[in-house]
Amino acid sequence: MSDVDALVGDLFRHEAGKMVSILVRLFGTERLALAEDVVQDVLCRALEVWKFRGVPDNPSAWIVAAAKNRVIDTLRREKKAKAYVHTVIAEDDGAVDALFQPEAIRDDQLRMMYSCCHPKLKEDVQVALVLHILCGFTTAEIAQAFLTGHAAIEKRILRGKTALAASKHLLDLHSDDVAARLPAVQRALYLLFNEGYHGANATTAVRAELCREAIYLVELLLEHPRARTGPTYGLAALMCLHAARLPARTDDAGHFVPMEQQDRTKWDPALVVKGHFYLGQSAQGWELADYQIEAAIASEHVRAPSADETDWEAIVALYDRLYALRPSAIVALNRAIALGHHAGAKRGLKEVLGITDGERLESYPFYWATRGEFAARCGKTAEALEAFRKARKRARNPFERDHYAARIAALAP
Amino acid sequence: MSQYVFFYRGWSAPASPADMQKQVEKWSAWFKELTASGHLADRGYPLERSGKVVAGQSKSVTDGPFAETKDFIGGYSIVDAPDIAHAVELAKGCPNFEMGGSVEVRPLLTLAPR
Repeated sequence: MSDVDALVGDLFRHEAGKMVSILVRLFGTERLALAEDVVQDVLCRALEVWKFRGVPDNPSAWIVAAAKNRVIDTLRREKKAKAYVHTVIAEDDGAVDALFQPEAIRDDQLRMMYSCCHPKLKEDVQVALVLHILCGFTTAEIAQAFLTGHAAIEKRILRGKTALAASKHLLDLHSDDVAARLPAVQRALYLLFNEGYHGANATTAVRAELCREAIYLVELLLEHPRARTGPTYGLAALMCLHAARLPARTDDAGHFVPMEQQDRTKWDPALVVKGHFYLGQSAQGWELADYQIEAAIASEHVRAPSADETDWEAIVALYDRLYALRPSAIVALNRAIALGHHAGAKRGLKEVLGITDGERLESYPFYWATRGEFAARCGKTAEALEAFRKARKRARNPFERDHYAARIAALAP
Repeated sequence: MSQYVFFYRGWSAPASPADMQKQVEKWSAWFKELTASGHLADRGYPLERSGKVVAGQSKSVTDGPFAETKDFIGGYSIVDAPDIAHAVELAKGCPNFEMGGSVEVRPLLTLAPR
């Protein structure tokens, strides 16, 4: 028995996701609640025993063994339970054993991931469902992380579970639907990551946790040979390269620090290395998605020794390619920022002002902050102040609001 | 130095897997502290929530005991302390209170006459 140090980060949550996936595969998607009950029981048992006796050397194996025993018990004791079982399994332990082999567990998690991203479900439902089932977040925890009402999240999860139940079985990893559904899975994970990186909840711990979950899931996805495509690697790369900068994104007082001012020694070197490995892998195949380009942009940033030494010209070129794939005002805005760094604030400001699609962009605080930043650099203080005031008014959280307020204070005559 | 049994009473389901993990971490830290200060005689064991009760002349066997959840004995430990006041202070550090439970501190009676 070792001590609590053996409990890696999110053990209970991730084990919950694994066990629910196996049991749903066994009992069918319409008995998700039964699976969740069994898992809750197993985890409670782990909690009671480990509290007193310490955490076993391989806690994950302990939970798998306990869940397996519970399944065998349930099948033996309750005749009714056997009728639930979708997969035909013999009564001997060998058949149950096979269900709990590491590869089988991983496949069931993957099947669950694809199943949660059902095309009938809206993206926010898919994201909530994945977090709930595979990452062991409760409704309350998701609501808290997303700063969304409890009732709204509950509704999303219920909608997701209903659709899941209607499909009866988890998606078969060999079916044709898998390839068709891959973009939806990637998109859900991308949204989850963005919720962490840019989302409403500015608490550093919450952001880091959501980003970590997204990386956990994309790495799980990469274990599926059919999902190991350029875009999936690109997605993994962009997550790692962005997440690497998280530790420098807030100062000790919890205030936002823009990239140009970040202490680059605080960037997580392990994530930078991992991100570049994935970026290298993402070049395989012919498929090019915006994820690879976004990752390449993130890579330019983390490779630069300082903001001034960033290869802004390369970044502008990458944004051009990104815009060709995904023409959006946000991409245009980011391109204008890079151009401003490359060709000067005056040019940047002109570019920003040239972006059409005013209305949606005007509700975006970052748009005004960009205008403010460029105007300030051009010496147009009044214009800059006005822009930062608009940014502050539209700030989505205290984190952003404080940052814009500080800019106003610094510029105010 | 005397010995005291701590009975951990009360049980409520943790709200989430993350909460369960926090609980394990807190209990481990508490036992670690008791061990480091030389107070822990035996970590003891958690107990199944019910078993069998054998009762009466007829030695009838029933399932149970089915106590109220707040009275469940979830486990026990044995602690060394100079006196009961000290043992009570040690018990106050137990994470069981956060889950709405209680700790019953009972001195072990020994052969030494008092």
